Amino acid sequence: MKTILTAQQLGITIKRLAHQVLETHINLENTVLIGLQPRGIFLSDKIVEEIKKEILADKIQYGKLDITFYRDDIRKELHNANQTDIPFSIENKKVVLIDDVLYTGRTIRAALDALLDFGRPEKVELCVLIDRSFSRQYPIQADYAGKSIDSIVSQKVKVEWAKNEVVLY
Amino acid sequence: MQLSTRNLLGIKDLTPDDISLILSTATQFKEVLQRPVKKVPSLRDVTIVNLFYENSTRTRFSFELAEKRLSADTINFAVSGSSAAKGETLLDTVTNILSMKVDMVVMRHSASGAPHFLAKHIPAAIINAGDGVNEHPTQGLLDAFSMKEKFGKLDGLRVAIIGDIMHSRVAMSNIYLLNKMGAKVTVCGPPTLIPKYISEAFGVEVNYNLKETLEWCDVANVLRIQLERQNQVLFSSLREYNLAYGLKRNLLDSLKKEITVMHPGPINRGVEIDSDVADSKQSIILQQVENGVAVRMAVLYLLAGRNSVNN
Repeated sequence: MKTILTAQQLGITIKRLAHQVLETHINLENTVLIGLQPRGIFLSDKIVEEIKKEILADKIQYGKLDITFYRDDIRKELHNANQTDIPFSIENKKVVLIDDVLYTGRTIRAALDALLDFGRPEKVELCVLIDRSFSRQYPIQADYAGKSIDSIVSQKVKVEWAKNEVVLY
Repeated sequence: MQLSTRNLLGIKDLTPDDISLILSTATQFKEVLQRPVKKVPSLRDVTIVNLFYENSTRTRFSFELAEKRLSADTINFAVSGSSAAKGETLLDTVTNILSMKVDMVVMRHSASGAPHFLAKHIPAAIINAGDGVNEHPTQGLLDAFSMKEKFGKLDGLRVAIIGDIMHSRVAMSNIYLLNKMGAKVTVCGPPTLIPKYISEAFGVEVNYNLKETLEWCDVANVLRIQLERQNQVLFSSLREYNLAYGLKRNLLDSLKKEITVMHPGPINRGVEIDSDVADSKQSIILQQVENGVAVRMAVLYLLAGRNSVNN
């Protein structure tokens, strides 16, 4: 087992991601944030906390999206569905999707399908904490990445939110 | 997590975990039904046949909508206009349909046990949409979902099932389910419409007095008088039944508390329930119908995934 990000590094990285998103989307005008259920929510909650330190809370439109029903592997394995909560329109908005680990790209593929059922966004960007490079199965990349790592398929990357660290094992 | 069974023949075969999984999955599907696009691609490679050997409006539409909102392909079968009218057996009809590559069968039949018989002979997943006087599991599940939505939990909830218990598959599925989930059940109706040993067999209370039952319960699930299944006179007239066991406005107003009224439909207005009760704000009859689609989506979704695991 190898620690990729310690608690201190994790805090700094999340702050950087929040600021990078704000840098591109000044005051989040016409921009909405959507965390992916279940594990992306830990990250998106923390990013939203950071953003609240910079701009007024009522300027932030923050939703949660579950992609279980859009997965391409339901014939292989059933996953438990989680709550989707997008209490605003995404029509013609810029959407920043937030997830913890970008690996094969299949989750994001499903998330794009799910997102389009809520409207037609002007633009969709992707923000992840960990980008596992060289392991993508779809042509998908992150616009904001906390840390890029090289890892092989047999390895697992896990963000331990309880202990506030990211480990590889 | 997945269901412990590959068919849904009755609530009798489900575990409390199965029921919780179906109800929590249905909550997520209910959210899907509020979206601008009320459809998900989960079952786009699944073909489902709806075999209705008995009349149905709500259940058939509800299943068909649920299937379409999961992107499944559907075919419908009604006994009139089919070869069953020419004397083809149930098993022959179904094996012929399955040879056209159908994955799941939703079936309603007037014979109790018909889906159980079919399940022994065919590989496709079977969902019982009502068999004779045995069970109507998706109705039991949607009733439970509606109660849970209204009260937040089933455990400890006091539910009265009122009316024609003898001929009601809805009552059977409700009793099995509520027992498994820790709710308390009292059945109420004229003695001729309540099976004699129901208390010993299912651990439910029996009360022949409607007012007492209503004073006790949180929810009254009122059943339809099933004249088509009664081959002897079990009460003197519909009017007399209405006077003794019909849910009336003045009766509900005389209670010390406000109870919730449910009915699986179709309603015989002025027999088991009066219009000013059925259409009042105490009634969640239309919410039951709305929830039916989400609950059936959950059942279809969980069974489709379950079956492909085995294949």
